[in-house]
Amino acid sequence: MSAPLLQVRGLAVRYGGIEAVKGVDLDVYQGELVTLIGANGAGKTSTLKALAGLLRPAAGEVLLDGRPAGGVAPHQLIRQGLALVPEGRGVFPRLTVAENLDMGAYARSDTAAIAADLERVFGMFERLHERRGQKAGTLSGGEQQMLAIGRALMGRPRLLLLDEPSMGLAPLMVQKIMAVIRQVASEGMTVLLVEQNARLALQAAQRAYVMEGGRISFSDTAQACLGDPRVRAAYLGE
Amino acid sequence: MDIFLQQLVNGLVQGSIYALVALGYTMVYGIIELVNFAHGEVVMVGALVSLSVIQRLADRGLSGWGVIAAGILVSIPACMALGFAIERVAYRPLRRAPRLAPLISAIGVSIALQQLAALIWGRNFLHYPEVVARTPFHLGGAVITEVQLVILATAALLMAGLWFLVQRTRLGRAMRATAQNPAVAGLMGVDVDRIIATTFLIGSALAAVAGTLVGTYYNVGNHTMGFLLGMKAFTAAVLGGIGNLQGAMLGGLLLGVIENLGAGYLGNLTGGVIGSNYSDVLSFLMLVAVLVLRPSGLLGERSAEKV
Ligand SMILES: Nc1ncnc2c1ncn2[C@@H]1O[C@H](COP(=O)(O)OP(=O)(O)OP(=O)(O)O)[C@@H](O)[C@H]1O
Ligand SMILES: [Mg+2]
Repeated sequence: MSAPLLQVRGLAVRYGGIEAVKGVDLDVYQGELVTLIGANGAGKTSTLKALAGLLRPAAGEVLLDGRPAGGVAPHQLIRQGLALVPEGRGVFPRLTVAENLDMGAYARSDTAAIAADLERVFGMFERLHERRGQKAGTLSGGEQQMLAIGRALMGRPRLLLLDEPSMGLAPLMVQKIMAVIRQVASEGMTVLLVEQNARLALQAAQRAYVMEGGRISFSDTAQACLGDPRVRAAYLGE
Repeated sequence: MDIFLQQLVNGLVQGSIYALVALGYTMVYGIIELVNFAHGEVVMVGALVSLSVIQRLADRGLSGWGVIAAGILVSIPACMALGFAIERVAYRPLRRAPRLAPLISAIGVSIALQQLAALIWGRNFLHYPEVVARTPFHLGGAVITEVQLVILATAALLMAGLWFLVQRTRLGRAMRATAQNPAVAGLMGVDVDRIIATTFLIGSALAAVAGTLVGTYYNVGNHTMGFLLGMKAFTAAVLGGIGNLQGAMLGGLLLGVIENLGAGYLGNLTGGVIGSNYSDVLSFLMLVAVLVLRPSGLLGERSAEKV
């Protein structure tokens, strides 16, 4: 296999004296949908924040397409093709839906392609098209999640990081969101999906990493994880 | 003469200066939640730089408004450089510090600038040469001078320009996004440090114009002139809802009008017990009243809504 698009070695994240991530290794290859699952407080969000430049790693190495990306500022990482849909969505509440989507393409200047991507996002999420003139803060939780994903897609990233996109959503909305994630992955985008809803994530992904107490405790194909007794007991409620 | 109409005109003129200064406070607060107490001193520096230029160019047979425009054109870059330096030196290193630290830093900068200005321009009140005629125009029962008209027009133009910049341009969208959620704005590719610096540059440019206008209007300036003007403009920003641009514009105009109506009527209403010199007290009483009755200001959002 060729070199991974994202290669993480010995990543550590510290909050003052607390070490939240204690030496994580993971690889995501071009075109893969990989999931990172784990219980509350396992360190999933901290890992993603470090990858996206929101937190400076205390140790370790992050390579994006072979280039060092650890400690690089977020506004530069997006220009290297990395986008994060943050936990809790992070839409700009007092910007309209359309303005939020425009912000997603802030780092780009290829006007024609941006317009085409906007059509594509509106095609995926009709609701966003209907509400394009509305302030994002007035959207429902599910609509905000659509907006957060659509906004990230507007950056045309090569690697899309998603932090618990199903959090707090009704089952129907969760299905809709997961269908979109599968779709963009099947169209060739590389995705790293963090989820607490392990069953859902394992059904969508090709490979999985299981995180416990700041470390990767286990990793295998998603299929194998679904059948693994340890994963079933701890994360699938069986 | 119609006192009401006259005081309304005077109030709108004074209020539009408050509004220009209030915009500087509110923009900085909106983006880094800091009350930039040094902003009044930036206005003062703008006024005194303009004064120096106007003094040098007066009596040379140039057009009066041309001389004032020259003052503005020199004071704008001077104030922008000053605002940029203040942010770099006094605020940026403290961005992650407890909230009190940058506030104290702001007060320190404010005192330092006053003393520096005293060294350059002295401690006496300085008079602006009268380069423009005070031609009065009659407007119903009131009189409006050419200077007043120019102040109103300049302020209206700048506010419309700022509104366009913030609401309709890519830079403005990035500024609003940064104010609402700086971390996520960074994820979108916005260089947050640059947006913050830009905010200081814009606020300082407005301060330079406001300083020149206020000096031209009242014909006096000195190193302490920024203090009261700054406090009034801050009051106006809080009145309108701090962090909100339209709020700063509305608050500024409203404060100017209320003060001037107060000055016009206080004496009569109280049988001369309280004179027009109490109009400053009126503004700060209003600040207290607003803070008690509507802490988020007239157009401000409930603070919980702010991300
Ligand atoms: N800003 C912070 N300051 C101090 N400790 C933090 C901070 N953020 C997270 N932590 C701690 O770091 C650990 C990992 O948190 P993190 O948010 O990465 O977990 P998570 O796997 O995303 O959990 P969840 O599934 O609940 O979102 C937790 O123990 C948490 O309390
Ligand atoms: Mg999390």
